[in-house]
Amino acid sequence: MKILVPTKRVPDTDQKIVASADGLRVETDHIPHVINPFDAIAVEEAVRISERLRDVEVVAVGIGGPEYEQPLRTALAMGAARGIIVQCAKPLDPWNVSRLLKAIVERETPDLVLMGKQAVDDDANQTGQFLAALLDWPQATFASRLEFIGNELRVDRETDHGIETLTLTLPALVTTDLRLNEPRYASMAGIMKARKKPLETIAAGELGVPLEPRVEVIRYRSGDTRRAGERLASLDEFAALIAQAAGIGG
Amino acid sequence: MRILVITEHDGTTLRPASLSCLGFAQQAARPSSGEVAWLVLGQGIADVAAAAAQYAPVIAIDAAGLEHELAESYARAIAEVVKSGRFDLVAAASSTFAKDIFPRAAALHGGAMASDVVRHEWADGRLLFDCPRFAGAVTATIALHGSPQFVTVRASAYPAAVPLSQAATVEPMELPPATFARRARYEGLRSKQTARPDVAEARVVVSGGRAFKSAEDFERYVGGLADVLGAATGSSRALVDAGIAPNELQVGQTGKIVAPDLYLALGISGAVQHLAGMKNSKKIAAVNSDPDAPIFEVADFGFVGDVYAVTPELIKRLEQNGAGATG
Ligand SMILES: Cc1cc2nc3c(=O)[nH]c(=O)nc-3n(C[C@H](O)[C@H](O)[C@H](O)COP(=O)(O)OP(=O)(O)OC[C@H]3O[C@@H](n4cnc5c(N)ncnc54)[C@H](O)[C@@H]3O)c2cc1C
Repeated sequence: MKILVPTKRVPDTDQKIVASADGLRVETDHIPHVINPFDAIAVEEAVRISERLRDVEVVAVGIGGPEYEQPLRTALAMGAARGIIVQCAKPLDPWNVSRLLKAIVERETPDLVLMGKQAVDDDANQTGQFLAALLDWPQATFASRLEFIGNELRVDRETDHGIETLTLTLPALVTTDLRLNEPRYASMAGIMKARKKPLETIAAGELGVPLEPRVEVIRYRSGDTRRAGERLASLDEFAALIAQAAGIGG
Repeated sequence: MRILVITEHDGTTLRPASLSCLGFAQQAARPSSGEVAWLVLGQGIADVAAAAAQYAPVIAIDAAGLEHELAESYARAIAEVVKSGRFDLVAAASSTFAKDIFPRAAALHGGAMASDVVRHEWADGRLLFDCPRFAGAVTATIALHGSPQFVTVRASAYPAAVPLSQAATVEPMELPPATFARRARYEGLRSKQTARPDVAEARVVVSGGRAFKSAEDFERYVGGLADVLGAATGSSRALVDAGIAPNELQVGQTGKIVAPDLYLALGISGAVQHLAGMKNSKKIAAVNSDPDAPIFEVADFGFVGDVYAVTPELIKRLEQNGAGATG
């Protein structure tokens, strides 16, 4: 079995992130970048499957510039077998990412594509579903548990109304939610091994996918900040303010 | 401009978020005197379709193949209706339902999609959308290229549509059986039954964080205070990860986005990912034992103290308060 794990490189969103003064960019150059946390969960899950079942190859793929070597080496250090960088100078919107990924899927013919449900930079939550549609594969988004049963994949999904369970025939696409697992830290031995693992670079142009921009950003602005209010010393006053805001009592 | 709004329902009633999405669609349609219609999908949906027709004309697809909300069949059905009805804009309220099926439907029409729209404007004949990014730290104003365009809309950002003076029509539609083919099988849904309102829809939300050590404590303190306020309960990720609160209560960047009249955070630190889900609440109140907890930076009123001591006191005072109002 082959599992393809697309990964995105994103600024660490625990850092303070603001729009540039002219509104044309988001200031992220000075911020450390990491694998999108949801994609790290996808890598972890794929590696765990490869540790549990026999003959499972995990292939990580990233779309971007040479800086993608860093997150892909991390994926390799976590246990992926090899990596692919689809070299592309411009940042792409989810539609074009999914079209390039489709071309990679056609080359690699994986049985399962496992990827984060959203990237914490644009928070779009689109790419996996786009890709599933383009491939005409079944999908299970927001997965919190995976289990192979014969040739089928049983997935628990986190929905607004509880945990839904689906069974998918392969090939299939699954997007990961936070509670699927806790990604490991790459061990020193893993990092050493990763240096020798194959990391292939393909120019996006070679994939024969003409870009079709869908999202044009007109401007960015920093989010509204709230101001801190009062700190109450009296519980009676605090309770009264709560009652007032909740619209109960006097 | 022709706008199609996909309803979300539980088989018998419309979810309130759908009415806010219709509110968005009506606003967006107005400058071009556009038309707005609902699409109701499911099996045995006569009641929902009739309820929806109180607000706008309805296209209803009632089919056995739509019994469960599975992305493959729902996306194809939506794509078919969009094509045959020549819709320019397709909208649904942001929820796990829409996040699952909407991008898949959009991909069948060329992938022009915006997620989580919180504001829109017309500029030079184009409809622009404001979408939060980086857990709400930045808002991007975007234009989509291509047609039709698909958007999910944050319900809390738009007022609910108002009923018409006379109900609109319900137009049943049939689709070829191939539309409903799928390779995903529905096995079931596990949810915690609760008599409390849905956290995404409630006027008041009481949320608990890592301060609470067990599901019993959560129920007793967070649940207890919620009940005196007629509120929903919510939670930080920490408690859901620990198995203390069910996942459908998680508020935040990757959970539910809420904007109630009052959000009361008990023992929640105020991480950016949590704030992303509640910072547009009208009023925020916080109780935390750490005077430097970031939650106080966004709270309208705060109290420094131990939630195990403070919450019972609040319950006592608010019970008296409520009794005073009704009695
Ligand atoms: C990709 C990603 C997505 C995420 N998405 C979300 C999300 O959607 N929602 C979310 O909530 N988080 C999310 N998180 C997690 C987030 O970063 C925080 O870890 C989480 O919100 C912390 O929860 P907490 O405030 O309950 O716990 P903590 O940060 O541990 O805070 C506990 C607070 O309780 C206080 N406290 C402890 N004991 C007491 C007591 N007895 N009385 C009073 N106060 C007490 C402490 O002072 C502290 O402030 C996400 C993280 C990542 C990386």
